Formats: sequence, structure tokens, C-alpha cells
Amino acid sequence: MVALAVSREQVMAWLSDVADPEIPVLAITDLGIVRGVTVQDDVIVELTPTYSGCPATEVIEQSVLDALHGHGLENVTIKRVLSPPWTTDWISEEGREKLRKYGIAPPASGGSKRELLRGNRNIACPQCASLNTSVVSEFGSTACKASYKCNDCLEPFEYFKCI
Amino acid sequence: MNSHDSLMAYVLRLADNALILGQRMVELVAAYPELEEELANANFALDYLGQARMFYTYAGELEGMGRSEDDLAFLRDENEYRNFLLLEQPNGHFGDSIAKLVLFESFYLLQLEALVHCSDARVAEIAARAVKEIRYHLRHNTQWLIRLGDGTEESHDRAQVSIDTLWRFTGELFAPDEVDNVFEAEFAGPDLFRIREQWEKDVAAVLQEATLVVPGEQWMASGGKQGRHTEHFGYMIAEMQYLQRANPEATW
Repeated sequence: MVALAVSREQVMAWLSDVADPEIPVLAITDLGIVRGVTVQDDVIVELTPTYSGCPATEVIEQSVLDALHGHGLENVTIKRVLSPPWTTDWISEEGREKLRKYGIAPPASGGSKRELLRGNRNIACPQCASLNTSVVSEFGSTACKASYKCNDCLEPFEYFKCI
Repeated sequence: MNSHDSLMAYVLRLADNALILGQRMVELVAAYPELEEELANANFALDYLGQARMFYTYAGELEGMGRSEDDLAFLRDENEYRNFLLLEQPNGHFGDSIAKLVLFESFYLLQLEALVHCSDARVAEIAARAVKEIRYHLRHNTQWLIRLGDGTEESHDRAQVSIDTLWRFTGELFAPDEVDNVFEAEFAGPDLFRIREQWEKDVAAVLQEATLVVPGEQWMASGGKQGRHTEHFGYMIAEMQYLQRANPEATW
């Protein structure tokens, strides 16, 4: 079999056009769930799920296949890797900025465990940056988000929880 | 029992526990007393179903007979399930559900923390994924038990009845059988004796904060791990399996 005339960087660039189905402003590469790309006779993409029961997992895998097939790559294999488990620390700086602009407060980095055990710190409003915010519901439209409101600009917003 | 069989049996128990508790929680979707809890319950149930899928897929691979996660989840009979009796108990009222979750998750968290260090790489990585989720669940559910126990006179009394009623199903969590023993020896699995000591401390601390009393020594029900279930179980899986039994190999 002839080696593919495509580079790993090219595949990564194509993957950066694949949107997360629940937060379409984020590419899957921003989210940090693409754990590896290997290009040999075929292309192997390693993806990690965010939560065990995340219903987006299968949709994302299909989107990756569709995108790479669309660029003419035929032999694409998706490998699901669980270890090490995904953490919100893997969301890129660019991804955090995209989240904020979209109206979702990004997770603070490096605080995962402390936050899980002791509750949230002050979360900045993505609209006006005020720290005077309060939790409306610890659980939101998806497992990864909580609902907040800003006490200054009065806007409700979602917060991407640390995990 | 050889090490392979103990691994397969152990993984299947983990899968059954996650599925059966998840299914009980699914029964409560759209029936919770307030929106925040509705969302919490649905999200937590989804975590359990996700964990069940990973464990079933692995159990099917270990079995080597070509059974998929769906085959194992939906096409087995009552006496083939190996979940704890505690998890199949009917939901009851909100306090019953919270009490069940605190009793089980206080155990499951310790079990997963131990499994992260077991020598089977696949079990260890699924456990590493799941432990973060269960830590979060337990924090939330513990806060609720404290609020109910230390709340009004009525919520206090009802929460105590919930704990007292479910207590007899907790002995089974710590009663090792051959599967547990071989898995512990061959794969550096959890030491149930040590887990029990820690669980008793953790649960006593929560109950104390909730102004609830730890039930005394009593007769403990068992049999779930060997496939002998309570009368509620058959009704539950009849509903759960209806679609797959009526329409074999249906996909959507």
C-alpha cells in the first residue's frame, strides 16, 4: 500500500474545522478531545470522551469521519481513548476566549479537584466581567455546564464546569 | 475460578450496578420536585449509563462470544444480573432516592478509587474516568441528605426512615465472594474489608451532620451479586427490556 500523501499537521488542520455539536463555536481541537493523530497507510484519530455518558461522543466521531472522508481520506479509524481522563484544563486558551465571546463562562484552569470538593469560586460574567455572580442551578442544559446569573448586568449565563 | 473468569464477572457486576441504578434514575426523569434536581438527576443518570456502556463493552470482549453492550444490557434474564439489591429498590420519595445514592456512592467512590490502581489497564482507565463523575455526584447528594436530615421535623423523620429501610441492603456491598477474592488477589483489586471501615466512617460523619442516627447491627439481605434478586427487579427489567424483546435487533 502506498503511504498517504498527507501530513499529520494537515489532518489536524482539517479537524480544527470540526465543531463540537453541543457548543458549535468550539472546534473539537479547542476542546482538547483530539488526543492523537497518526498518519501511515491509514489515518488513526484518537478521541477521548468528556463525560462517560456524553451523548455527543458518537456524533463527534461521525463528524470526524465525515470531515476526513470529505477531504479524500478513505481509511480513517477512530480510536476511543479513556486514559488519561479528559479534564477542562485541556480546553485551549483560544477555546476559552471563544467560549467567553459566545456567552459561556470558561472553566478556570488548574482548579479541578479543589472545585469538585469545595464548591465554586467566583465566576466572572462573560458579558460584563463582573465577579458579582450567583449560581441559579448547579446543573444546566448539559452535564458539563451550570447556570449562573450576573448580579450587576442581570444577564443569565452558563458556566462550563471544571472537571 | 481462574483470573480471566473473575475479571469478566467483576466487570459485569460493575456494568450491572451502573445500568440498574441508572435505569432507576431514568424512571424519575420529568418527575423531580424542582428543575435543578431534575437536571441533576438526568445528568447523573447519563453518567451511569455511560459507565455501564464502557463496562459492558469490555465484559463482552472478555467473554469472547460476540455479545455487544446492548446484548448484555437488554437480553439477559433476571437471574443473570449481578447488581446489588440496594440499587434495584424502587425509588420511593425524594428522600429515599437521595438516601440510596449516598449509601451506594459512598461505597462506589471508594471502590473506583481502588480500581484506578488495579492491574487491569482497561478497568483502571474506566475507573479513572468514572471516579471524577461520582465524586461530583456524592458531593451533591450528600448536601441533600444533610439538608433533609437537618431540615424540618418531617423531612428529618422521613430521611431517617429512608436510611433505616435501606440499611439492610448495605451488608452485601462488603461481603466478598469468590469473584471479589480472586479479582483482589489476581488484579490488585479493592480490599472490601478496608473499604468497609472507611465507608462506615464516611457515612457516620454524613449522618451525624444530618442529625440522623446510624442504624444498629441487623440482619442483612444479600444475593444480588449471585443473581438472586428482590421481587421489584423483574418488573423493572420487564419495562427496561420491552423494546428490545419485542423488536429484536431494532436500531434507530
